[in-house]
Amino acid sequence: MEPVEIIQHSGGVIGVAWLMIALPLLGAAILLLGGRRTDRWGHLLGVVMSLASFAVAVLAFVELLGMSGDQRRREIELFQFIPGMVDMGLLIDPLSIAFALLITGVGSLIHIYSIGYMSHDPGRRRFFSYLNLFVAAMLLLVLADNYVGLYIGWEGVGLASYLLIGFWQHKPSAATAAQKAFIVNRVGDFGLAIGVFLIWTTFGSVAYGPVFQVAGQAEQGVLTAIGLLLLLGACGKSAQLPLQSWLLDAMEGPTPVSALIHAATMVTAGVYLVVRSGAAFFPVGSTAALVVTVVGVATLLAGAIIGTAKDDIKKGLAGSTMSQIGYMMLGAGLGPVGYVFAIGHLITHGFFKANLFLGAGSIMHAMNDEVDMRKYGGLRKLLPVTFVTFFIGYLAIIGFPLLSGYFTKDGIIETAMHHSPVLGWLAVLGAGITGFYMSRMVFMTFFGQKRWAEDAHPHESPAVMTVPLIILSIGSIFLGGYLVLGNTLANWLAPAVGGPEEPIEFHFVTTPGIATLVLVAIGAAFAWMKYGRAEVPVVAPRGSFVTTFARRDLYGDAINESLLMRPGQWLTRLAVFFDNRGVDGVVNGIAAGIGGTSGRLRRIQTGFARSYALSILFGAAVVAGALLLVGNI
Amino acid sequence: MPWLSTLIAVPVVGAVAVALLPKGADKLAKQVALVVSLVVLALTLAVTIQFSPRGERFQYVETYDWIPSFGVHWGLAVDGIALVLIALSAVLVPVVILASWHDADGTGADNPPKRSVKTYFSLLLVLEAMMIGVFAATDIFLFYVFFEAMLIPMYFMIGSYGGVQRSYAAVKFLLYSLFGGLLMLVAVIALYGIAGRNTFMFPELVGVITDPTTQKWLFLGFFIAFAIKAPLWPFHTWLPDAAAQAPAGAAVLLVGVLDKVGTYGMLRFCLELFPDAAKFFTPLVLVLAVVGIVYGAIVAIGQTDMKRLIAYTSISHFGFIAMGVFAMTADSAAGATLYMVNHGFSTGVLFLVAGFLIYRRGSAYIADYGGVQKVAPLLAGAFLIAGLSGLSLPGLSSFVSEFMVLIGTFSSEAVAGINYAVFAIIATTGVILAAIYILWMYKRVAGGPTAESVAGMKDLNGREKWVVAPLIALIIGLGFYPKPLLDVINPAVDTTLANVSVTEHQAPVPVAEQKGAGE
Amino acid sequence: MTTHYLVLSALLFAIGAVGVLVRRNAIVVFMCVELMLNACNLAFVTFARQHGNLDGQLIAFFVMVVAAAEVVVGLAIIVTIFRTRRSASVDDANLLKY
Repeated sequence: MEPVEIIQHSGGVIGVAWLMIALPLLGAAILLLGGRRTDRWGHLLGVVMSLASFAVAVLAFVELLGMSGDQRRREIELFQFIPGMVDMGLLIDPLSIAFALLITGVGSLIHIYSIGYMSHDPGRRRFFSYLNLFVAAMLLLVLADNYVGLYIGWEGVGLASYLLIGFWQHKPSAATAAQKAFIVNRVGDFGLAIGVFLIWTTFGSVAYGPVFQVAGQAEQGVLTAIGLLLLLGACGKSAQLPLQSWLLDAMEGPTPVSALIHAATMVTAGVYLVVRSGAAFFPVGSTAALVVTVVGVATLLAGAIIGTAKDDIKKGLAGSTMSQIGYMMLGAGLGPVGYVFAIGHLITHGFFKANLFLGAGSIMHAMNDEVDMRKYGGLRKLLPVTFVTFFIGYLAIIGFPLLSGYFTKDGIIETAMHHSPVLGWLAVLGAGITGFYMSRMVFMTFFGQKRWAEDAHPHESPAVMTVPLIILSIGSIFLGGYLVLGNTLANWLAPAVGGPEEPIEFHFVTTPGIATLVLVAIGAAFAWMKYGRAEVPVVAPRGSFVTTFARRDLYGDAINESLLMRPGQWLTRLAVFFDNRGVDGVVNGIAAGIGGTSGRLRRIQTGFARSYALSILFGAAVVAGALLLVGNI
Repeated sequence: MPWLSTLIAVPVVGAVAVALLPKGADKLAKQVALVVSLVVLALTLAVTIQFSPRGERFQYVETYDWIPSFGVHWGLAVDGIALVLIALSAVLVPVVILASWHDADGTGADNPPKRSVKTYFSLLLVLEAMMIGVFAATDIFLFYVFFEAMLIPMYFMIGSYGGVQRSYAAVKFLLYSLFGGLLMLVAVIALYGIAGRNTFMFPELVGVITDPTTQKWLFLGFFIAFAIKAPLWPFHTWLPDAAAQAPAGAAVLLVGVLDKVGTYGMLRFCLELFPDAAKFFTPLVLVLAVVGIVYGAIVAIGQTDMKRLIAYTSISHFGFIAMGVFAMTADSAAGATLYMVNHGFSTGVLFLVAGFLIYRRGSAYIADYGGVQKVAPLLAGAFLIAGLSGLSLPGLSSFVSEFMVLIGTFSSEAVAGINYAVFAIIATTGVILAAIYILWMYKRVAGGPTAESVAGMKDLNGREKWVVAPLIALIIGLGFYPKPLLDVINPAVDTTLANVSVTEHQAPVPVAEQKGAGE
Repeated sequence: MTTHYLVLSALLFAIGAVGVLVRRNAIVVFMCVELMLNACNLAFVTFARQHGNLDGQLIAFFVMVVAAAEVVVGLAIIVTIFRTRRSASVDDANLLKY
């Protein structure tokens, strides 16, 4: 089933869908321009704007539900951005509205949570303005009806991410991490930008409608090139290999940021881009789609391996995020069936990973911002709500049967198995590792001995933080089943991304499914033996070279440093030297040359009148001689 | 009413008035200068509003004989391209006057000597008149006169009010520019002689020179002058010295407007007067431009002095503008023109905010700062927004122009087997480098723990807010809605390119139609 | 014939020129300059006679006037220099250089 045609739309809630973007943007503007005057109620305004945006999204969703399937892609024109090239408009279709609901819904919960989490921070108002800015940019990214609008949102979320990672600028590590995130993302943006150029030159448009309509007629090579360039952009934003290195450092930001931006929404933008362009540039079986799946599998394994060795709870979760997005990427490279599971996993992951991150935040809140899991232990009694919700998130992510992650992740694995057993089994292996590192995290944090710092007095977080946790954990339980069983999500998305030929049937008992469960169980058991039953040393043991390999993020930073940073610094120094000595040297050299020559020439002026007289006589003789000569001829 | 002559006359009269004020009346001098520049801004707005983009190409035409025996006229007129650049100058001057309020007072933290305050503001107004004149001139001789006369006030502003190495920088700036100007003078006279029309009026000289070899030589005469002015790699080394030594306000006008004369001249004179030569030299110019983009960015990363760093980023940006001009597609040339305006705003605010920092700290060395964000959040915020505009963040005005230049260059047709898309791709790496030089500078200045030397640094005061706010508002406003400017620029650019016999504004042919035509 | 006058003029001029080049005393140099001027005068007058018009005579008068003026200024300078520097050698007065 092909995606349906895009219909021009006006009126109704969808007609004012731009409010979704404008409201949080307005919130950000008020908070930033208002300055200290808004300190007292700034956070509330931020929450209200986010909730209002969510309300518009829900209403638009309801309006869309009221239409028949082939009417559900609505486009609204906003204004001419670059005359003759880009008309800015919004595309409200099942895919974009699903994202909008996730962004504003989970976003609002995280806004509410942040009221509590940031209550002692003097910069809370600024924090909420950045959060609002992020929501606006992210919505522009998913709602825009053209690649330039997407690009603007794309860099807008990059900016928000930069500001929020570096929210505690006074920490050098935070400032560095923010800068790294932005620059690595820019490498991806480089690909995305050239992809957009190529789309424009090939199709004469950057709007989704016209481009997708004629995409099939372009040359295969061009299509593959566009696909790979877009993928480079997606790799940057979604922390996929080889542009993954920024995500772990990004954990320097406040925890709600990690939950919202670096787990639930922004990092999934790459998946959105691939799925959105899927039918045109990543058709099943194409080179571009193959590369997408390979990148996905490589990252899901890399992320999982990194996750096994981290003692920092947030970095462990970050590795897990990389890995889970790897699953989504894998799904996004597998055509319509894959899209359904990729988006499904994206949504459920948005819930359970936000749940886990906010849980981690709640633990840090209780433990004086300690992030080292080796200094946790035995927290389940003291933080009951956090423990229960975290545990639900944990069960969901490892794919415990009937919880959210189970349906969506198994769906991806099965679809991958269908396409290529190699990819499928690697994905199963990844699930096993997930079972290990997530169990390790839970055991180290909530079970075993207390290994706290002396001044730690753990206490449960206030309701403003625990209620969002509870809501998210409810989503982590039921959402997957709701979306996957009965083809709810598949039918919903079909008008936007195309549907599979036959309805997808979810099989509960399959070979890969059972294999996954067995591997996860083994992983969890192994984690129990090592971290649950045995005593966990407070100082990390040296570990084997595999552990070191994982701890050092698979040497990603080391590779970047030795291959890019050092030569870059060297090149910079060389260029500065060349400019000062070479280019400017030539300029100053010419000036000095002229100066020097004239300095030497003026020595002729000796001041002796008689030598001047001699030269006059000589000159006169020459003139007279010349005249004689000319006269004779 | 002779609008354009008035626009030039008002600041000149104002400059004389300011210069004639009694010696102690510094405050009055500043106020008079500010009022005069605001009057010019108001007049410019009136001109802009009455301008009809789809009407005649040149509007507000004024032609008076000046030296009849040589056919030299006082010829003024504006088209869309000149108009937006005049508007840029008119906006920047009041902002610069406001920003430079204490620059000549000798009150900065680096203890500069006190110098004549009224002379400084008088020079600023003279410079404004020259800038408006150079963009409005339609007589090539008159253009040349303004082109050279512009140097004089700037020379004094750098040479008398600049930093420690001011005289070195001022002399280098003057001699380098004069050298280029003299080459242009030779070309101007040769053009006059060879054309044999007994006139210097630009519209009458378009398309007159047809001999390819003559075109090439005359093109080079003009082009080298403009390449030095712009400046294009490798003629750029005067700019970092001049911009670093000039007071911040003068640096804004130097980089924001004066240098635009170079790129404006390429678009107006090099392309239209010598179209064949321009096409002949296009590959060479594009190579220079692309080298400048990447090279300027790399050298910028390695700078230790804030103002020098900004100057090098400008060299990179001028590479983009020159690339847009010479790629000769409607999108790239319109993008380049828009870039000239946007770059004026974004570099302007970057220099000014850097100037505020330097005024407080008394040093331009990045290493002397740290943690400014903590003590002066607004100042740091303005610095960040200015920087983000410098790295062409989408949503800020410079993005639109950079995007148009790149996409226009990317989509230009392959000429003589060279596909210009390659240049666009290499130039796009500039966006990565831009992120490095801006963010790294911001991190070192504003991030990290607060350095002892910046502790107690004051945040933006009321006057400084008024300096920064309009520019940032323009940057953001034009970033989301560039249409008003593009509507003025596009027709003028189309006419220009039509004179170079390049096809007009149109989107690439969609694949479907290509197929249809083939069947 | 007028050739003899021209030869005499050339000889006088040569003597004057050599004098200017080889003598150091400013007064002598000055007199040699006068000698060269008068050699020229002789040539002018000779040519006037040769061609039968008065142009040469006319110029000769001009030269005399200029020479007289020159004597006035030149001698004054020489005397002043002699007073301040106690020397009339032209080689000693070489401050005006480079």
